Amino acid sequence: MHILVMIYHNVFKILLKDSLPAPGDVIPIFIVRMINNAKFSASFFGRPTRFFLLLNLLITMTASAVAADNPKPTSQNTLSISGPFEFTSLDPSKNGYIYTRMQVLETLLGVDNQGHLIPELATQWQVSDDGLAWRFKLRKGVVFHGGQPLDANAVVKSLSIAMGKHGTLAKAPISNIHALSEDEVEIQLTRPYTLLGAVLANYANSILLPDSYGKKGNVLAMSGTGPYELFQYAPPHKLVVKQFAGYWGKKASIPFASYLTGHRAESRVLQARSGQADIVFGVDPASIPMLQRFPNVSVFDDALPRTIVLKLNSGYPSLNDVRARQALSLAINRRGIANAVLRSPGSQTEQLLPASFADWHLPNVKVPEQPVVKAQKLLASLGWHLNQDGVLERDGKPFELTLITYADRPELITVATAIQAQWAKIGVKLKVNMSNSSAIPAGHQDGSLQVALMARNYGFVPDPLGVMLSDYGRTGSDWGAMNWNDESVDRDLATLQSVTDKKVRHQLAQHVAQVIYQDRPVIPVTFYKQHTAVNSRVKGFHFDPFERTFYLNDMVFVAR
Amino acid sequence: MKKIFFPRLFQLLSVIWGVGTLTFILMRALPGDMAYRIAASRYGQDNVSSDAADLVRQELNLDQGAFVAYFSWLKELLQGNLGSSLVSDEPVWQILQHMLGHSLMLASVSLLLSFFIAIPLGLLGAAFGKKVDQGIVVFSTTIRAMPVFVVGLIFILVFSIHWNWLPVAGFGSPEHIVLPALSLAFTLAAISNRVVRNAAIKAFHAPFYRFAQIKGLSSGRTFLRHGTRHIALPVVAFLGIQLVGMIEGIVMIESLFSWPGIGHGLAHAIFARDIPVIQGAALLMGILFVVLNTLVDLVCYRLDPRARGKA
Repeated sequence: MHILVMIYHNVFKILLKDSLPAPGDVIPIFIVRMINNAKFSASFFGRPTRFFLLLNLLITMTASAVAADNPKPTSQNTLSISGPFEFTSLDPSKNGYIYTRMQVLETLLGVDNQGHLIPELATQWQVSDDGLAWRFKLRKGVVFHGGQPLDANAVVKSLSIAMGKHGTLAKAPISNIHALSEDEVEIQLTRPYTLLGAVLANYANSILLPDSYGKKGNVLAMSGTGPYELFQYAPPHKLVVKQFAGYWGKKASIPFASYLTGHRAESRVLQARSGQADIVFGVDPASIPMLQRFPNVSVFDDALPRTIVLKLNSGYPSLNDVRARQALSLAINRRGIANAVLRSPGSQTEQLLPASFADWHLPNVKVPEQPVVKAQKLLASLGWHLNQDGVLERDGKPFELTLITYADRPELITVATAIQAQWAKIGVKLKVNMSNSSAIPAGHQDGSLQVALMARNYGFVPDPLGVMLSDYGRTGSDWGAMNWNDESVDRDLATLQSVTDKKVRHQLAQHVAQVIYQDRPVIPVTFYKQHTAVNSRVKGFHFDPFERTFYLNDMVFVAR
Repeated sequence: MKKIFFPRLFQLLSVIWGVGTLTFILMRALPGDMAYRIAASRYGQDNVSSDAADLVRQELNLDQGAFVAYFSWLKELLQGNLGSSLVSDEPVWQILQHMLGHSLMLASVSLLLSFFIAIPLGLLGAAFGKKVDQGIVVFSTTIRAMPVFVVGLIFILVFSIHWNWLPVAGFGSPEHIVLPALSLAFTLAAISNRVVRNAAIKAFHAPFYRFAQIKGLSSGRTFLRHGTRHIALPVVAFLGIQLVGMIEGIVMIESLFSWPGIGHGLAHAIFARDIPVIQGAALLMGILFVVLNTLVDLVCYRLDPRARGKA
């Protein structure tokens, strides 16, 4: 009978490759059902049923023996997660976010929900007085998924490889990474860099077993230190992880967790509704009221340090005056977008970062009364007047702009069309082009970009300084200011990299936030909220605003 | 036999060269910088930048001229090498194997199911009165008028949400294939049942069919001996045409049901400008198309003695 099971398994494996559950769960059940049906037919037609009974017994015994030796993922022992993003590589510099979220990989330092650095694979870290050397003491008793202990050489190898790839570490002013002892690593810098701790918490800088890498630094197999280890890798859609008994911290209680890429938002919502998925990330706002009616699903709304922002080309003739940019900002009905389009009341904002990032958030910003009237006055002061078609005109040229946005985040296109309608009210004609996210940096570099709508992640490096520095530094940036520069902002951002005094840091960050708010090289629209549907059989769900982990090891299944 | 085989072999070689060259030209002709597209797919939207694009450009030598790139692809192809994905760096053949296995399985199960739906419906329409036929026309038109993903959504709502019998999406167990295959089968059967119906009416009204009945054969025996082969011929020939429609439907269905097939993979490769994967997938689909059509011709050749006589 085992042969029958194996034949079945191998025949289907040819077609389904390694994505088929092995004998022990689906297969025996499937075959037992088949045999049961055959048994019924046989007895119906008067043939002896003993053979089928024996067959059934043998299948069940074989299946139980195989299952007991080697547990496999089933719907009962697997936390099923559905999200919108694909993965195509094992390399942490490319798709590391999926492996840290699924808790396969870990970094030297972690961050709490407020963005403060916390120990992860390093328990202590010290910065030299001149700020040029950072020393990390590694956690004792950490083993990789293969059983090999974590040591300083493994850390040095992973970080050195990460430095040579595209990512946050490549931009850090690092001169040398070396092991001081078996459990101590030192990173030497060419200049003080307060961001280093936050950079080390980024997924691209995860620590892997040295044997995971090939000769060119490519990742051949994945062995990390997290509470889950890789069990099944079927890019670009499916990833299954298995609890790791040798984990140094809080051990996972759910044996398996699977991640399935669901490209269509409606399909993900239906997975939440049917109970096929326990956790569904990226629920589209329009589906929330429907999901809330189901008692077996809870919808969580969590604020992220991600903001929907309009990037403006401040060198473009109709946008090069600050009054034009202010007018465009005033003409946006943010509350309407937050309530009606995004269904996230209260998420409207005029600033890049929420109040939880107190250094970068201005506490006393007030929206003026009758903003549309004020916007019209500002544009009139610049010489714009309405023509007979209701479009603003100056020197015979209409106020026309082209906005680009991208499809990866479906709400962006609806927000873009809402802004199109709101700007039309003040006479600005906006053409909306849907493209790929790469069109924004490409448009910045070739100078063709006029306006772009994007969801900028200020928590990509858990300290917002990382993104602020690249977006608003001296050279401007692909995702930040365009043809806009302010010397005081340059100076303060540069100083922030070396200053450790909290008070001074606060003052400098506030000044940067103030200048950006006044000059409007970008126009913030709303803060981002992550909508997550969680099945009632899952207890302990909580969300990491920095999107580094899904906290799988905090979750348990509850009996219903 | 040879008259079918050799022209098709020539056609196959032309398709391999033509499809590969055409996809190469089309991809190169698209506006926008390839390096940025590849970088966005490699590093994700939060991490795509001009630095990443420069790195990609340098690593993949994208600055080389179009002719150099084309001839190096052609040379590799002649050696049986389809290259590696520009995004994941995996060998194209490995990616295609994974995707094609899933697509072939979905396509064959859908096709089989569509026969089980189309043949009885077509015969019913042909054999029974006008009202039954009109009812089937309404059913076929309704299904065909709906985009295939709407049909899929309806099946999900009924079988996964209302009855909770089958999973909404995913792959890895036999249960997962039922809904995508059924959705695709219904859209295929919506047309093919009409072909069966027309072929059956033609056969039922043919003089040889009437003669068989007059000479005293039972209706069942008449149908089996004189009806099936005549009805099968246009239906099998139509199958070749339907394969095109299937590719169209499979992209949507694979996306809706998170099925990792070649249609969906090809669409994503186009977004990412992953030229080797696009060329490989288009090439493979072209080859499959020729091979399957040859098979259809061979089946028709076996079914129709008149064709054998001409050959």
